[in-house]
Amino acid sequence: MLPYLLIPVLPFVGFLVVGMFWPYFRGKGHWIAVPLIFASFFLSLKAFFDTLNGPSLHFVLYDWIHSGHFDVSISILIDHLTAIMLVMVTAVSALTHLYTVGYMKDDSGYDRFFAYISLFTFSMIMLLMSDNLLELFIFWEAVGFCSYVLIAHWYERKPSWVAANKAFIMNRVGDFGFLLGILLTYTTFGTLTYSEIFAKLPQHLHDTIRVLGAFNGLHASSVITVIALLLFVGAVGKSAQIPLHPWLPDAMEGPTPISALIHAATMVTAGIFMIARLSPIYNASPTALSVVAWTGALTAFVAATIALTQRDIKKIVAYSTMSQLGYMVMACGIGAYGAGIFHLLTHGFFKGLLFLAAGSVIHALAGEQDVFRMGGLGKIMKITFPTMLIGSLALSGIPPFAGFYSKDLILSMAFQDGMIGHVFWVIGVATALMTAFYSFRLIFMVFSGKERFSHDGHHGHAPHESPVVITIPLLCLAALAVVAGWLGERYDIIGYLAQDMTIPHAVGKPELSESALKTISVMAGVVGILIAFVMYGRPSELPQILARMFQPLFRFSQNKWYFDELYDLVFVRPTIFLSRLLWVEVDKGVIDTAVNGVASFCRFGGAAMRRIQTGQIQNYALVMALGLFGMVSLYLLIK
Amino acid sequence: MTFLSVPILTFLIFFPILGTAILFPFMKMPGSEKTVRWLALAITTVEFLVSLDLLLGMHQGMSGMQFSEDHAWIPFANIRYSLGVDGISIVLIIMTTLLMPMCVLTSWHGIKSRVAEFMITMLVLEGAMVGVFSAMDFILFYVFWEAMLIPMYLIIGVWGGPNRLYATMKFFLYTLAGSLFLLIAIIALYFEGGHTFNIVQLMGQHYGKTFQNLAFVALFLAFAVKVPMFPFHTWLPDAHVEAPTAGSVILASIMLKMGAYGFLRFSLPMLPQASQYFTTFIFTLSLIGIVWGALMALAQEDLKKLIAYSSVSHMGFVTLGIFVFNSQGIEGALLQMVNHGVTTGALFLCVGVLYDRTHTRQLGDYGGIAKAMPVFSTMLVIFSLSSLGLPGLNSFVGEFLVLLGTFRTHTALAVIAATGVVLAALYMLYMLSRVVWGVYTPKSWALPDMNRYEWAALLPLLVLVVWIGVQPNPLLSLLHASVTHLIGQVQGSVPIASIR
Repeated sequence: MLPYLLIPVLPFVGFLVVGMFWPYFRGKGHWIAVPLIFASFFLSLKAFFDTLNGPSLHFVLYDWIHSGHFDVSISILIDHLTAIMLVMVTAVSALTHLYTVGYMKDDSGYDRFFAYISLFTFSMIMLLMSDNLLELFIFWEAVGFCSYVLIAHWYERKPSWVAANKAFIMNRVGDFGFLLGILLTYTTFGTLTYSEIFAKLPQHLHDTIRVLGAFNGLHASSVITVIALLLFVGAVGKSAQIPLHPWLPDAMEGPTPISALIHAATMVTAGIFMIARLSPIYNASPTALSVVAWTGALTAFVAATIALTQRDIKKIVAYSTMSQLGYMVMACGIGAYGAGIFHLLTHGFFKGLLFLAAGSVIHALAGEQDVFRMGGLGKIMKITFPTMLIGSLALSGIPPFAGFYSKDLILSMAFQDGMIGHVFWVIGVATALMTAFYSFRLIFMVFSGKERFSHDGHHGHAPHESPVVITIPLLCLAALAVVAGWLGERYDIIGYLAQDMTIPHAVGKPELSESALKTISVMAGVVGILIAFVMYGRPSELPQILARMFQPLFRFSQNKWYFDELYDLVFVRPTIFLSRLLWVEVDKGVIDTAVNGVASFCRFGGAAMRRIQTGQIQNYALVMALGLFGMVSLYLLIK
Repeated sequence: MTFLSVPILTFLIFFPILGTAILFPFMKMPGSEKTVRWLALAITTVEFLVSLDLLLGMHQGMSGMQFSEDHAWIPFANIRYSLGVDGISIVLIIMTTLLMPMCVLTSWHGIKSRVAEFMITMLVLEGAMVGVFSAMDFILFYVFWEAMLIPMYLIIGVWGGPNRLYATMKFFLYTLAGSLFLLIAIIALYFEGGHTFNIVQLMGQHYGKTFQNLAFVALFLAFAVKVPMFPFHTWLPDAHVEAPTAGSVILASIMLKMGAYGFLRFSLPMLPQASQYFTTFIFTLSLIGIVWGALMALAQEDLKKLIAYSSVSHMGFVTLGIFVFNSQGIEGALLQMVNHGVTTGALFLCVGVLYDRTHTRQLGDYGGIAKAMPVFSTMLVIFSLSSLGLPGLNSFVGEFLVLLGTFRTHTALAVIAATGVVLAALYMLYMLSRVVWGVYTPKSWALPDMNRYEWAALLPLLVLVVWIGVQPNPLLSLLHASVTHLIGQVQGSVPIASIR
């Protein structure tokens, strides 16, 4: 038990030590944090091999909340799904830690940064190891908190903390659904532990619930569907799916290492992990699955169209992340959980690589992020260029790089899923073409052609290759981006994962052969690269001409489908307006005025009544006489 | 259980009150402030340590009153000096005694004039508050209940801000008006319940339906003002804004809990049918309170008003949880009471730290505090996250249990209440980004990081915030027996299936 427990505990120790004593480290925090995370990685490898052929590991750490019949504990569960995710997460985290040593070198918040990425790694590991929904939820929100403080790392810049707030609040909206999903799960199954839920699932397949209460008395929905959809709302937030996606591109305001670790390789994939983990629930609801699949397909497509025209190097990679997350969600939606997780793993490596390489470029150009002010860097950056090229080839699904195997698997699984599956396949291939195009647009803009940057950046030196602590993680990730896919297919990762996931239904026979499908998806990638070459590989007026020809579409893409503007108009402004209005007009204007009114009434009432008390006996006698007269007349009238 | 051969509850009530005797000579003695502060700190700390004895001596499995004392007081009306506590009141008493040393610490530099008088007032207030939580005679309870008002009236009225007279009069009259209904209810219960003021005996009676409803309304008016429930909340922001930091902490952390305590101790067990009858009414006000408080908090420019309105929202969860009549709801509500005490107390202490340095509470005047005061900023961020219910910190556990308890029987209500959790993120993060993040522009004030008195006040609360969040069971297990007993008392009018 101890070695497995140490996997999360070691990064947590790193957080505590560096976090509590950060003023004393003075830029030496990595001496604590980096070795601990590497140790955690090796222990994850041990856990992976220990569970490879054996049963999954499960033990209870302590009883967390106990009230009445409600009882939930903090436990550790390591099965195949967790083990392989652990290896990926700790590997990327360890390499990112190392990279940070070089990338953040002169940053004033250097040690604070290490404390928080260690805390993040701890939370992410615990998220993967949780054995019940509430434990998952704690760490689900904990990684969100780490993401928040890390996006706001450069808190003096307004875009940083605006982006941090946006990330937290949009995730909160998603978590609102997730929390309700947890509550409904508990009231339905009487437990939150995965294995117990799955065991009780058959008894509740036909339970119904009236979602809108009295308002739709006739139409009752399946409880399982409602649970699956509510939990999916959480995943939509965390994994940046439409419509809760706009926080992810903005999160690029944070330092690049966290973009690689949190906003590409690990945290944003938590939604896909959750769906795969709860596959029996999703399988029990075809409605929920189709919502999941459509959300994923739509996200993949929309994000790719946005990435086509972005200028910021990190935003391009961020939209590609969103698009790839869409693929994974789509895979889950068609019941190909294994393929989704496979893509999640390979994506973790090559997308981590792309971000870190992008960071290396930004580092070389002293903070420049606009690809239109780069160019010709291939000659200078002899390690960054080839590694980023490998990452882009993997992203574009070109064999034999990692992305090819996993993306291809998703596409062929989609194709086999009947008529709707064909639609998903078409969307997927179109997205793959766009993906290859914008990836290589970036490569050509950054590394080939004329140098469009000024030689005197604010460091006052020419662009240079990054130091070894930056290039070593790049090389490691590049190696993984080459072999991960092949390894996955060679050692049958799908069969390995199948132990922990169930599939909804038997897969039909494809009408096209496997090799034909493969050829088409690879062709899409090659065509995308060729178009990118024609437009950006050599001096050409073509991009401007096209932009002018399709100006409305170009604007639409460049402005990210106007999601931010829409939300501002529909949610942000009305909420602020409403709160101010209600405060001034109702809280102060009506309620408090009424309260003060009662007080004034007493005061003025008292002042007025005081006049009656004149102390003159004649007045009192008059009033008495009038009163007597009045009462007698009243008595006579009634009688 | 006795302490220095005095029964412990009597000791806890009268030790601070009699302790003021040492402070009287220091009034009007210039230069003695430091001694006074240390003496007050010593008294409140001893009080806290002694109150821990309640934890050691209590029987967790026992649901009835413990540490009971009973003496004749006013024989002709059968009014007795009787005290007793159960799990619920023990938790609240310890929370009270824990927060008082923090209040002394935060006044260390915050209160500069009439220090001895201030500390005397605080100590009297502490005795009265412990009295409220331990009185088992209704008249005795009422005496302590009203006795609390006077020191608080003075704390706001003498040591408050510029508009202190308006605020303190509003606070005093509003609460007093509510309390009059409490007095009426007490007298009515005396005549209906067999000519006794004994709280435990009054619980065992069967009152008529109309009587229950009338008495419930009277009690409701008293407690709803105190909680405060929507729409009886408007005194709270005014009182908080004008009160000195210690006053705000006591008001928010302890005095607001008295209203909820009143519902738990009197309304539910004495008037079960009426409590059942009025649930829809209470739910409606609670839900409006949750959403309303959050929306109001979003509109505030004054830090203290923002936190005051957030209290309205958080206390909405408490009243919601109490009236769902199941374990998760009531235990969640009690946990939420403690958590709100700890977290909101800490937030007011944080505002005090800032106010002592800057003499402003306007959000627009801050920005970039993280640069100047990194340690303080970290604390403020953690307490804010606790307030918005981040899992792993204290408030989440209470809110989750309340939501769970509500969801089981009133699904739609839980959904509405959960929106409060989203809104909490909005106003807390908005506050943080305007105070902590941004560029620090040096102003006329100096911003040194926390001094050791501030450390001493905030660190224990920080530990509690994390500890209750990670390991709430020890706290919950103090409550199980009493809550089960309480639910049993309401059982007559509630379907048994929904109890646990």
